[in-house]
Amino acid sequence: MSGRISLVLCVVLLAVAPLVLSPFRLGLLAKYLCFAIVAVGIALAWGRGGMLTLGQGVFFGLGGYAMGMHLKLREAGPAGLPDFMVWSGVEELPALWKPSANPVFALAAVVVLPGLVAFLLGLLVFRQRVRGAYFAILSQALAAAFVILLVGRQGLTGGTNGLTNFSRFFALDLTDPGGRRVVYAITAAALVLTYLAVKLVVRSRFGALLVAVRDHEDRVRFLGYDPALVKTITFAASAVVAGLAGALFVPVVGIISPALLGVVPSLELLVGVALGGRFSLAGAVAGAIAVNYAKTLFSEDFPEGWLYLQGGLFVLVLVFAPRGLAGVVEAARDRFRRRPREEVAG
Amino acid sequence: MAALANQLPIGLSIAAVLLLIALGLTFTFGQMGVVNMAHGEFIMVGAYTAYLLQGAVGGQSLLVALPVAFAVAGLLGLLLEWSLIRRFYGRPLDTLLLTWGVSLVLQQLARDVFGAPNVQVTAPAWLVGGVDVLGVRLPHNRVFITALAALCVLGVGLYLAKLPQGRRMRAVVQNRELAACSGIATGRVDRSTFLLGSGLAGVAGVALTLVGPVGPGLGTFYIVDAFLVVVAGGLGRLRGAVLAALALGFLNGYLEFWTDASLAKVLVFVAVIAFLQIRPQGMVALRGRSLG
Repeated sequence: MSGRISLVLCVVLLAVAPLVLSPFRLGLLAKYLCFAIVAVGIALAWGRGGMLTLGQGVFFGLGGYAMGMHLKLREAGPAGLPDFMVWSGVEELPALWKPSANPVFALAAVVVLPGLVAFLLGLLVFRQRVRGAYFAILSQALAAAFVILLVGRQGLTGGTNGLTNFSRFFALDLTDPGGRRVVYAITAAALVLTYLAVKLVVRSRFGALLVAVRDHEDRVRFLGYDPALVKTITFAASAVVAGLAGALFVPVVGIISPALLGVVPSLELLVGVALGGRFSLAGAVAGAIAVNYAKTLFSEDFPEGWLYLQGGLFVLVLVFAPRGLAGVVEAARDRFRRRPREEVAG
Repeated sequence: MAALANQLPIGLSIAAVLLLIALGLTFTFGQMGVVNMAHGEFIMVGAYTAYLLQGAVGGQSLLVALPVAFAVAGLLGLLLEWSLIRRFYGRPLDTLLLTWGVSLVLQQLARDVFGAPNVQVTAPAWLVGGVDVLGVRLPHNRVFITALAALCVLGVGLYLAKLPQGRRMRAVVQNRELAACSGIATGRVDRSTFLLGSGLAGVAGVALTLVGPVGPGLGTFYIVDAFLVVVAGGLGRLRGAVLAALALGFLNGYLEFWTDASLAKVLVFVAVIAFLQIRPQGMVALRGRSLG
């Protein structure tokens, strides 16, 4: 019951935010919400499924680029080419870009593309029972390769600069505070809906099976389930969520570039989840928002300190509170109520 | 054909660098299940050690730097193992994040101490230039790195095969519980493995000063590829690491030549995934009775 009350409270807070925050701060909050959406996906894959994915930036990027390409084409000049292509001397729209002009295709690509890539990788990796740290390393290598590819294909992807200079998001004017408020509202709604959807999955039979796979994969296999499929589907779902967040990030922040997607940003996405508590969806969301807020604060006043703080946070959380702040809160509540927790059969 | 042969030493030297880095990783990962993301920063420490010694010793500092970097990086690794990693055995994913946190702090520390811009280590005169063998140009510095890697592999091989410490290490890699039952102090073996692995990273760092500038981000550039070598080679196996480093080094060298640097990385990744379809345990796997 208390969970439902806090959920309503959070939704009310999100709804009130545009009335009290300046347009600049509201934009920042919308950015944090994008990272919170990714965090929900990570909490599902890592916390529930035990798959530490270090390549979430790839899926975030696929969603972001799918959206960015479409928005770029809407604003294209008379030749039908995005501005950066004109600068790098591209004369005809590359074939890869052509389908993006269709809004339905672009919106579908936002979720289908990351989901497909993750599904394929998951199938190839999990079928062969490659797991744990191996999987983490492979997902990290994917992030490294993806970024190098994006940077290397200047004429196709905008290279290091990525896609930027967006003035409109479909019918909305991004230069106008009103339009940006609507973008914020869409992002907030996406976060709430994603959270509820993943919560449903976690509570379903599939969610129970996922935890079973995490805790004892072989036993689940002997019971007649296919753990590889369960993990692949979960991994793909977390990728879809990340793609959605990436697509929203484009109108919210106005840029999608390789610097946001590589090995380091992918790991940064985990900081919030680790801090908030990987086993708790709400903890992951709160952690992601808190960490990104802290990052803004530090970058404004004390930029060198941020890396120390981030590194230190990782170390402190893992040493003293491996279940994150959500774990600390739970432990405190249990002690306060003095009610013995139900024993879970091992 | 000439281009094909010319690419050979480049592939070989990429392989040598990868091998130097992966040697330490494969043993800490294979023996303790520790995914040490801070390994890249030990490389950086080794490189900066060479940079500092260059100012202090002068001309022949490179040869002094090799043992000193081994000691500095090794002791740093020992400190990390003793202070933090010790508490994390059996939680490989947590060690990954933990050591990444450590690596962030070390990188920022390097940035504060040495400054963000790259610094340069001048190679000694006898490493400048190259020789022509059968029409193939062999730059001296790349020959030196390859020889260094071969020497390190030989050293580690002898350590594992001949010394009692090496035998204990092999025992712990194969079966930790049984080794402990037989009276081996596994904690002490873990510490010496970490010292050795981190020290080798320091040596790799010195070698890297010969082929490029030194900066705070030096380690992150190589760490991902080195982990791919570990995964493809099989955990804790010297032979696997050598084979995988050679394969990935040549693959990188030739693919960069045939396509370009950006596509090469993607193709190498695809090749590793494809290889894992055939041999999910890596090239050289430990035979065991465990499932999966």
